[in-house]
Amino acid sequence: MMDATINIKEAFEKTEGVAENLAAFRNENWKVFSGLGLPALKHEEWRYTKIKNLFNNGMVIDTEGSAVDKNFVNQFILPGVASANSIIFVNGRFRNDLSTISSSKDILVVKSLEEASGDEDAAFVSLHLGHSQKYHADGINALNAAFAAGGVYIKVNKGKAVGQPIIIYSISDSSDGFRLSLPRILVNVEEAAQVEIIQTYINHGGGQSLTNEVTEICVARDAIMHYIKLQNEGPKSSHTGTTHIRQLGKSLTHAVTITLDGEIVRNNLNMVMEAEYCESNMYGLYLIKGNTLADNHTIVDNMVPNCLSNELYKGIMDESATGVFNGKIFVRQDAQKTNAYQSNKNILLGNKSSANTKPQLEIFADDVKCSHGCTIGKLDKDALFYLKARGISAENAQALLLHAFAIDILNQIKNKEIRTYVESLISERLSFSI
Amino acid sequence: MHEENDDILEQVTTSEYKYGFVTDIEADEAPRGLSEDTVRFISAKKNEPEWMLQNRLKAYRHWLTMEEPKWPNVSYPAINYQDIIYYSAPKQKIAPDSLDDIDPELRKTFDKLGISLNEQKRLTGIAVDAVIDSVSVATTFKEELSKVGVIFCSMSEAIQEHPELIKKYLGSVVPATDNFFTALNAAVFSDGSFCYIPKGVRCPMELSTYFRINAANTGQFERTLIVAEDESYVSYLEGCTAPMRDENQLHAAVVELVAMEKAEIKYSTVQNWYPGDKEGKGGIYNFVTKRGICAGNYSKISWTQVETGSSITWKYPSVILKGDHSTGEFYSVAVTNNCQQADTGTKMIHLGKNTKSRIVSKGISAGRSHNSYRGLVDVAKNASNARNFSQCDSLLLGDRCGAHTFPYIEVKNNTAMVEHEATTSKIGEDQIFYCNQRGIDTETAVALIINGFAKEVMNQLPMEFAVEAQKLLAISLEGSVG
Repeated sequence: MMDATINIKEAFEKTEGVAENLAAFRNENWKVFSGLGLPALKHEEWRYTKIKNLFNNGMVIDTEGSAVDKNFVNQFILPGVASANSIIFVNGRFRNDLSTISSSKDILVVKSLEEASGDEDAAFVSLHLGHSQKYHADGINALNAAFAAGGVYIKVNKGKAVGQPIIIYSISDSSDGFRLSLPRILVNVEEAAQVEIIQTYINHGGGQSLTNEVTEICVARDAIMHYIKLQNEGPKSSHTGTTHIRQLGKSLTHAVTITLDGEIVRNNLNMVMEAEYCESNMYGLYLIKGNTLADNHTIVDNMVPNCLSNELYKGIMDESATGVFNGKIFVRQDAQKTNAYQSNKNILLGNKSSANTKPQLEIFADDVKCSHGCTIGKLDKDALFYLKARGISAENAQALLLHAFAIDILNQIKNKEIRTYVESLISERLSFSI
Repeated sequence: MHEENDDILEQVTTSEYKYGFVTDIEADEAPRGLSEDTVRFISAKKNEPEWMLQNRLKAYRHWLTMEEPKWPNVSYPAINYQDIIYYSAPKQKIAPDSLDDIDPELRKTFDKLGISLNEQKRLTGIAVDAVIDSVSVATTFKEELSKVGVIFCSMSEAIQEHPELIKKYLGSVVPATDNFFTALNAAVFSDGSFCYIPKGVRCPMELSTYFRINAANTGQFERTLIVAEDESYVSYLEGCTAPMRDENQLHAAVVELVAMEKAEIKYSTVQNWYPGDKEGKGGIYNFVTKRGICAGNYSKISWTQVETGSSITWKYPSVILKGDHSTGEFYSVAVTNNCQQADTGTKMIHLGKNTKSRIVSKGISAGRSHNSYRGLVDVAKNASNARNFSQCDSLLLGDRCGAHTFPYIEVKNNTAMVEHEATTSKIGEDQIFYCNQRGIDTETAVALIINGFAKEVMNQLPMEFAVEAQKLLAISLEGSVG
């Protein structure tokens, strides 16, 4: 089989001329990608994650939009959120025709990224598109950027609260070969706006897939954003995604990342605090089994004083699964009075499971309070004994303890419907029932 | 007793050349630069056997294929390896006549450290009349050690007299090919210490005392090897709290420890090389590879370090926990001030079953310095019931310094228990205020708080050094709070 880079090149050439406004951005990033190639294990940021091997064989890339209809899409809509704003990506391309926007136009604007970079939002696009590359100068990010013309632009207008959550579905059809999807999302949460964004991924067809996604969000002054990333695609689906959030004054973000399944799943989550009194909360749960590798890389960059960040990631690795966590906290020289907390807790269940964790603090200011902690271990024997002594079976006792371990993160999902749904997935996984 | 010891120390050191291993002072300098000829020259000077030369050449050839590591969080101008004299025997310096001729700043430091007058003279190189025949003093030490079968000598001596041990253990823990600086060291090391504790022997003295006598000027590429046989114990201290001036900019030492069944090695370091001036000019590059292996079951290796000197410190004393039930410990205080940079930490590699490790690292940065902790805890597949606890705390003094932590934790066994915690903060204003209120001035208060912060590590040092090291901390940070 041939190398996927040939498919990628073909696809890039095919889409040439399609984008007008984004042509320069595309070409520039294509050059970067051609220069850097794919990150190998030697790359410090990719030390534990062998992404390169995925590209050894041919891949299928969508260049003009697959022929699917709304009925096809409807089967993937999450339970209980039928009235939500659904933004649909099929094979990495934004499909306006399949998306449903229930909120009114004066609150929420959704259009293609290509369109946005040519109208009144062009200034915003040029300011924020590609900003994540400052933190991830690797071929994976550049590859996505080279195909950014298929992306979406989402704007929440100033002072508005979007009543219904925005759910972004990224559907990959893997029935005709290894599917490479490259979704690109740019979100503009204007001043004092409120929004809830949920991203989820579907692999249709049962073949192999890789979703290489970049989501860039700017949360303006006084705005509030809740963000959830839910990954439960299946053991043949890989994911490399970056969620890059820039926060302006007194804004609040609350992010929850849930990883339940996949082959190689890599999530980058960046919080860039660009103005004072920002708060960001980052929560993550990776509950994995089989040969899944879940890799969470987070960055909190405190550029200005008086910001607060809180971070808690928990992992349960069963069978031969591998959990990777890397949490960076930067505190720049001017960022006095920063409070940054980080914690990573892992439970190794499987005999062949493993955990690699690297909390990383880089601090250049003195008047700060920063801490990190991490643990790797097994379930407490005493706790198991306590439950078993009360007539609870070993399986149930374990499930009960794991559920309790995971619940801290689940409770952070503010959207009730989504929380109920995720809870049911976890209970099913732990075969937990009371 | 202490007084007496100091006298002995001082006597012996003045006789450096009588007891030393170098005889010909004039001609002992290799030409500038590094080539196979330099390696051959060093080997020939030391009158080494052919196998040793071959080892050196092999290391040199490998070094040529390697690149200087760029990953440490430090920056310095490129080192020109061809502009270094790789072998230079200690030269007779012009000795000052009395302490009055010594830089008063230096004397002040000595006084603060509480170094005895006699020792001050030794450190500054003042000629002192010998009361006791120094050779016999050294021999007394040697006799006491050899009575119990402990071998403690310079590396060159060991190569001549104990080739079978050297062949077996040298490079067994830190192979020449390990990294750029170990390859360089293996090719050109000039000397170092060798210590062998036979089975069942508890070394009768802290080798620290002996070392203070013996270790002066072993050169910039030092090589230390300590082998502790079954059920033996040794405590070893290198370095000195007194400020050491040195002409060599680059120090690339290698230390290897081997602990067999139920053996214990305690290795303590107090490093106070010249850190460069306030602008960061000059100063020593201290690029050291230290590694120990707990080869036998129930063995233990403990590293303790107090790092206050050098303009750049780059070292990671590690323990390979190969034997079942073995224990590794790492206690470190690293202080950086002005423009110093330190990238230090440890590696604990758990291979055996029921192995334990403990890491306590305290970083203190002041001025415009940068202090990084970089550590690895690796639990291999078969290392069941491994246990690790790591703590790394940083204290920042001043708003132009940096404190960084890079802990890597890699666990491949599901019975392991690994914990890591780290905090970064500055000295609380309320703490200082509390001290001020009680009549303690700010500078003393800071010293007090820092010593409290570092206490856990200081407690691990041999007693007489703990006292000096505490004062050293205060001195290193002098003028950084104001």
